[in-house]
Amino acid sequence: MGERVGIEVSLAAAEAVKMANVDVVAAYPITPQTHIVEHLSELVADGELDAEFIPVESEHSAMSVCCGSSAVGARTFTCTSSQGLALMNEIVFIAPAMRLPIVMILANRSLSGPLSIWNDHTDVMSVRDCGWIQFFTENGQEAFDHVMFSFRVAENPAVSLPIMMNMDGFVLTHVIEPIEFWDQGTVKQYLPDFEPVNRLHPDNPVTMGAFGLPGIFTEAKKAQDQALINSKPVILEAWKDMGDLVGRYYKPVETYHVEGAETVFLSMGSVGETISLAVDQLRAQGKPVGLVKLRLWRPFPFEEFREAVRGVKQMIVIDRAITYGGVGGPVASEIRSVLYLEENMPTITNFICGLAGRDVTAEDYMAMFEKTEQMAKGKVRQEDYIIYGVRE
Amino acid sequence: MAKSELELSWKDLEVGCVVSEPGNASQYRTGDWRSIRPVWDTEKCIQCGVCYIFCPDMAIKKTEDGYFEADLYYCKGCGICAQECITGCITMVEEEE
Amino acid sequence: MERFNVYASRLITKKEYFSPGHRACQGCAEALAVRLVAKALGQNVIVSSATGCMEIVSSPLPFTNWRVPWIHVAFENTSAVASGVEGGTKALIRKGKLPDKGTVFLGMGGDGATTDIGLQSLSGAFERGHNFLYVCYDNEAYMNTGIQRSSSTPFGAATTTSPAGKLKPGQITWKKNMGEIAVAHNIPYVATACSSYPFDLIEKVKKAARIEGPAYVHVLSVCPTGWRIPPNKAIWIGRLAVETGVFPLYEVENGKYRITVDVPELKPVLDYLKPQGRFRHLTPELVDQIQERVTREYNQLKAKTAL
Repeated sequence: MGERVGIEVSLAAAEAVKMANVDVVAAYPITPQTHIVEHLSELVADGELDAEFIPVESEHSAMSVCCGSSAVGARTFTCTSSQGLALMNEIVFIAPAMRLPIVMILANRSLSGPLSIWNDHTDVMSVRDCGWIQFFTENGQEAFDHVMFSFRVAENPAVSLPIMMNMDGFVLTHVIEPIEFWDQGTVKQYLPDFEPVNRLHPDNPVTMGAFGLPGIFTEAKKAQDQALINSKPVILEAWKDMGDLVGRYYKPVETYHVEGAETVFLSMGSVGETISLAVDQLRAQGKPVGLVKLRLWRPFPFEEFREAVRGVKQMIVIDRAITYGGVGGPVASEIRSVLYLEENMPTITNFICGLAGRDVTAEDYMAMFEKTEQMAKGKVRQEDYIIYGVRE
Repeated sequence: MAKSELELSWKDLEVGCVVSEPGNASQYRTGDWRSIRPVWDTEKCIQCGVCYIFCPDMAIKKTEDGYFEADLYYCKGCGICAQECITGCITMVEEEE
Repeated sequence: MERFNVYASRLITKKEYFSPGHRACQGCAEALAVRLVAKALGQNVIVSSATGCMEIVSSPLPFTNWRVPWIHVAFENTSAVASGVEGGTKALIRKGKLPDKGTVFLGMGGDGATTDIGLQSLSGAFERGHNFLYVCYDNEAYMNTGIQRSSSTPFGAATTTSPAGKLKPGQITWKKNMGEIAVAHNIPYVATACSSYPFDLIEKVKKAARIEGPAYVHVLSVCPTGWRIPPNKAIWIGRLAVETGVFPLYEVENGKYRITVDVPELKPVLDYLKPQGRFRHLTPELVDQIQERVTREYNQLKAKTAL
């Protein structure tokens, strides 16, 4: 058991990166990721972390530097938010195609415009199709634990894919929470050294990033898709081993009070903790309500999710991003697809809330429940969504 | 080793589409491109190697006697060697059908 | 001055690190430049390449013409990728995970990838002082996408996006001086080179590779296809670029300028412009403008060598 400290979650995440003995950190500052990279650069400057801290001149270069360093077999880390993710977008799609196990923390922040530094999921939702392993953390302990998890899964030779760890900006990055650190011995047991599948080195010259003619491109994409799908067992084993070592077992889909629930909320990220307060209150009122929290986003955990919501009659999907002119928020549209062929598919209502840091309270979630009860009496269409709390 | 990408299944691709066989593109016969080819007059050739140095396609090789000749598998018939030859001993001749 | 030491060809390594069978056009002096740079650097190198002619002709999946380690990621980020290759290797060596073999880290890109879209990442890599060598293969346009203008396209040259029409005489801006931009970053070594002067090029690349810190070599790469000249004239035209002062060959070591191929009496620029289809629309007035500028800039360069 390591020591338990009250610490800002960003700093804890940086400490975890240090404990993972990263080799290269390449990052560009953007609110609200800054505390993570600032602390990492302090650790390097003090000699506590032996890594190359490369202060790049843009996020596009940050991801590019990461590709270069991962390609030579260096354990590589970066983090960004929002506009930074958008700027490195081109390279974000390339990294998994090249199977480079880069670890990135995404401090979720709204995409412009208008410019906003506050938290929502528009940034991560803009890269649903990028090919990275993607998952969400809800609180500080999860954030710390999942840094180790990220390196372990990404660098596993059977996976060799970049991994995106989502932490809600400000709401999670800038809060002080009690976090139990691992001791270095536990890290060593859990996280092996990085042995790349392919390495750029003069002794064994390989070519990385060849271009794909029409006759081969489809095959390349199939291979990449399969690699992401095949990462699931490694992910599950990494969570199991972590539980065995530190006593916290994480799952692709977490549930709260779903026994006998007729209505469930579906959320991702830190809003889950607030929704659980609403669930407690509603349960106290005798309403059979529960909460399903989707932790693993890519590869999507079809089995676990369908299992978690079996028998549910109504689902309130919380989205923190908008798909303009489309089939509801991004999460709702995916959930509707996932459940489309299920017997007794639940009625799904979609609330888009908490955009760019707007506070959503337990009372708000209870109001969404009331609204869902009303809507469920009529017909809810696939494309129906409510931007909750907008002032008309 | 495949002759073209069309022969590969998705399982044949290496991880990350890496190519681990160095220089395997050298199986591609760029010599099919040319319509003229260089011919050396060894009477005038001073074996300086200028033609060898200036060939963009690494398609000039030394013969056993130390003179030079085109590697017809690769030679694209650009004519740089003939143009740059110090003694003018290289002539570009039409490829017969 | 002699064009080259006639028998020096024998002193160059016979090994080819860039294999034949690449798909460059006939007479591509850029491919020749890549070949020569590869010979200069040998096996102990890791190459980061931009998207462009040289990348496309040498890496059609599942084939490669590269016999040294090579990575291509995207168009504008060569210097960033090279920074990662260098930084990652440095960290691994320092932490005892890799032996130090003195590997050279090379970044390569065309003029578009370097002076336009890649200028930011190049500037960043220079400023951070990475121990790498960047070689820009300048064929003076975006050739791989079909001869569009770049900021390295010379004044008056016709390209598909700076065509010579009724109102406009081709490119109306002057070539960006990438050498001076590199010098302004205070990096230890900057040089210009041309594949028409192979030994000058090879020496400069070897020197640049030995330098600690960032080094930059700008190689004029004649493109018969884009410049509209017959393929066999690629070397000849490159030589004329140097002999007319259009592309002087010089190096700058820690701020000290030195012209490496001296041309005591510059030939008139018309000798260089006339044989090229991309300049055939030029009026005598425009040629005079070009001549004036070339002469002025050459004299400015010479003045710097005296400092």
